Amino acid sequence: MLKPDRIVTSTCPYCGVGCNLQLHVKDDFIFKVTSPFDSPVNSGNLCVKGRFGYDYIYHPKRVTTPLARRYLLEGKPKPKGREQVFAVSKDGKPIPDSQISNDWDWVETDWETALNLVADNLVRIYKRDGSDAMAVYCCAKATNEDNYLLQKMYRALFRTNNVDHCTRLCHAGSVVALQQALGSSAMSNTASQVIMNDVFIVTGSNTSENHPIIALQMKEAVQKYGAKCIVIDPRRIDLVDFSEMWLPLKPGTNVPVFSAMAHVIVKENLVNWEFVKNRTEGFNEFVESLEKFTPEYAQELSGVPAEDIRKAARLYAQAKNGAIYWGMGISQLSHGTASALALIHLAFLTGHIGRDGTGLNPLRGQNNVQGASDMGSMPFHYPGYMRVDNEENRAKWEKLWNIEEGGLSLKLGLTTTEILSHAHEGGVRSLFIMGENPMMSEPNLNVVREHMQELEFLVAQDIFINESGAFADVFLPATPFAEKDGTFSNTDRRVQRVRTAHAPRGNSRPDWQIICDLALRLESRLGVDTAKWTYTNPEEILREMGSVNSDYAGITYERIEKVGLIYPVPSLDHPGTPTLFTKDFPRGKGKFHVLDYVPIREEPDDEYPFILTTGRLLEHWHGGTMTRNSALNEAYPEGRVEIHPADAEIHGIQHGDPVKVSSRRGEIVVRATITEKTSIGVVFLPWHFAEAAANLLTNDALDPQAKIPEFKACAVQVFPARLDDLPNPNVIVERGRY
Amino acid sequence: MAEIKLTFNGKEVTCEGDKTLLDVAREHGDNVPTICYHDATTANALCRICVVEVEGMRVLQPACVVKAGANMKVQTKSEKVLRSRKTILEMLNSTLDLSEADEIQHMMQDYSVDENRFPDAERRESDVKDDNPMYVRDYSKCLLCWRCVQVCAEDAQYTYAINFEGRGYETQIGTFFDKIIPETSCVLCGQCVAVCPTNALKPKRQYLLEQGMSANEISVMNTGRKQRKNRNA
Repeated sequence: MLKPDRIVTSTCPYCGVGCNLQLHVKDDFIFKVTSPFDSPVNSGNLCVKGRFGYDYIYHPKRVTTPLARRYLLEGKPKPKGREQVFAVSKDGKPIPDSQISNDWDWVETDWETALNLVADNLVRIYKRDGSDAMAVYCCAKATNEDNYLLQKMYRALFRTNNVDHCTRLCHAGSVVALQQALGSSAMSNTASQVIMNDVFIVTGSNTSENHPIIALQMKEAVQKYGAKCIVIDPRRIDLVDFSEMWLPLKPGTNVPVFSAMAHVIVKENLVNWEFVKNRTEGFNEFVESLEKFTPEYAQELSGVPAEDIRKAARLYAQAKNGAIYWGMGISQLSHGTASALALIHLAFLTGHIGRDGTGLNPLRGQNNVQGASDMGSMPFHYPGYMRVDNEENRAKWEKLWNIEEGGLSLKLGLTTTEILSHAHEGGVRSLFIMGENPMMSEPNLNVVREHMQELEFLVAQDIFINESGAFADVFLPATPFAEKDGTFSNTDRRVQRVRTAHAPRGNSRPDWQIICDLALRLESRLGVDTAKWTYTNPEEILREMGSVNSDYAGITYERIEKVGLIYPVPSLDHPGTPTLFTKDFPRGKGKFHVLDYVPIREEPDDEYPFILTTGRLLEHWHGGTMTRNSALNEAYPEGRVEIHPADAEIHGIQHGDPVKVSSRRGEIVVRATITEKTSIGVVFLPWHFAEAAANLLTNDALDPQAKIPEFKACAVQVFPARLDDLPNPNVIVERGRY
Repeated sequence: MAEIKLTFNGKEVTCEGDKTLLDVAREHGDNVPTICYHDATTANALCRICVVEVEGMRVLQPACVVKAGANMKVQTKSEKVLRSRKTILEMLNSTLDLSEADEIQHMMQDYSVDENRFPDAERRESDVKDDNPMYVRDYSKCLLCWRCVQVCAEDAQYTYAINFEGRGYETQIGTFFDKIIPETSCVLCGQCVAVCPTNALKPKRQYLLEQGMSANEISVMNTGRKQRKNRNA
């Protein structure tokens, strides 16, 4: 029997739950993953991704040597346009049978050459076009330390706030709403407090597939602690089997349903008056605006029976401890901010916030999306959510980064979606992408592709050439979580250690080291004083950030050696803060907002009769860079469209038939799954599969405040297609799980 | 919970009234062995290795489920107890492949097990089931502790993909209608693998390494698009 050389404790690189892992390593190969049963986050439970989904680390397609395009290495001018290339020339010879110019060949090179090419080109563009031409995508999968350094590099050296990451595509609506109403944007309570809930609402979240371990805690709360669960979701998700009620609303009708619940709470005098009086403001105007949101009005718009809305409102309002958990179904709409505000109102009216076992809990998607946001990987904020357009905030970071007074930019940066739409002459000219994949994760991919092609210089720092990296000029091979040290901050705000299990494969290097190396090269070309890039270990990076961001001030690696700390941790002797807002909100009083119903931007019509909603699968992760290069892909090799049996019958579609799904923006061919998991008139697609990318179809309409796109609802048509039209006709997923 | 007094191996001890005899034994540094018991699962008293002798009770009592009672007189190392544990180990060893059950191997040494006590016993042999990309099942090593079934059900996953099948000596862990794992309700979480005490359940990559494949060969297997084989294995 195999004995490990060592067992390394680390944190899962997939979702925001942040499960604790023990990596069993033999000859620099992880052959098994376990989890300590006393882990405060996951009690030893893992999902398929956490326990088995790390093998992408060893996939033959992983890039472990720096790459540059042939035209750069040969000193030629950049050919026109921009080509997507996945193949690599290992021997430097032209790639045979290339359909495009061999100038675009990927050629292996050394770090010195690759980093100099990046530095030369970024500085050239910066000197020519200034700060607004520079932009960077940070990465919600990378560590806090990696993210802090990358935003520091762009802010300190290129004086731009064009810094963002995929939080924009995920919970931006929730973040903006929580900032407006409370002044803070993380989960107010921890996931392990679910068992303290009497009643909890799960909405816009397929928790069992996207936060599997939190779903286990929810099921436990229902089965063993007598909690009642209310699911409000267009899909009949797995949790419905454990729920008291399921309110199947039409996608995009969150505001009327939640506002009708608020209406009932007010009309039936279930309001927690003490809380409303002492802790909130704007109640009177808000109540006036509720008048029209009767349950009957909400029923008309959403299809949810008025009586169910009443019953759900009473259940939640009359609970001793009520809590709300939500996901992308709330935020990924052109009125995502309003959707989240409507939920927040329910907590304000009932006072279900500020105590253990209650709260407003947006379940964060990525392992470190919370941390990347905390680290200032956003266009409006420095680390610690300090606004960039505030001179006092600016002065603090100028001092820390050794920058002349007034040197940092006060101008709000562009968001993820805006960075690409500004990619044209006179706009953004260069983009640095660390570990993200906009060519899968942005809506309306056909247009995104055009934007990518408009860029003058594109750098990808990643572990695979994904759909976006395939457009880059230089590829910097970074390391996955098992080959670097650092910290992730999970959805509970718990800061946990990530540890090196074995040396980086090939010539790949940890992200933080690549960034420091590059930053020094940039500084020497720019001829500026150094903003300090010589760290001997990642902890020094976290401590530097924590010296200004008080949330992290008390976190040292020693303190989180065994168990992570939940920030805010303002001092070295502070024990952490699992429950927020016990006395007041960061903005003082909680603010009610007057809301109106705004329909989705593209309603179904005769030509495009279905609403398409998109989401994720248990076995896969986002753009698929990791999971499509793993045994996970064997477990679930193809994306399928889910159609309700009633709709399938009308359109003559059988289970497993190939169908063409098209919107006004694009089309894909996939097999159909006939299931009552989706509701009538609504079809569902997972967005992980590049060969049938759901985001070719989605609508790029944006929420006006949060700039989050409307991934969750657009109009499509579905017609039978031929077997040959399928991208991989021989691949069939056969799974019995729900 | 009120405190109670009882006697452990002749020594008077106190404990809270809702504790099991196993809890009390552990609190006082008494190494009562367990196999089917796991801190993360509900105690089920299936394997009987944790039995202790309680004065006045007719048969040996499984310490993992029996609650401590006031004035109980408990022997954890009496001759009857030791003989019983030894016999259980000898019976398990005579029918199963316990070569990868580290803890049980240690127990067999501690209890001076005679490996040839039951030379005529019929061994429970079965082929390795390799029907999914994540883990393999070798029921020649399975001693039916039930932990995998428990964590698949209410003790962790609420998935109910596996259960006992067959009766008596033929009893095995199986899926409903003997379906291959991907076609059951299994979510491939591997929680069953985590609690298996004998390595009957094992991650696929560990299994392949042990079969002599190199890390590189295993990596090349995962290039996607691969059609599943061993469908009926």
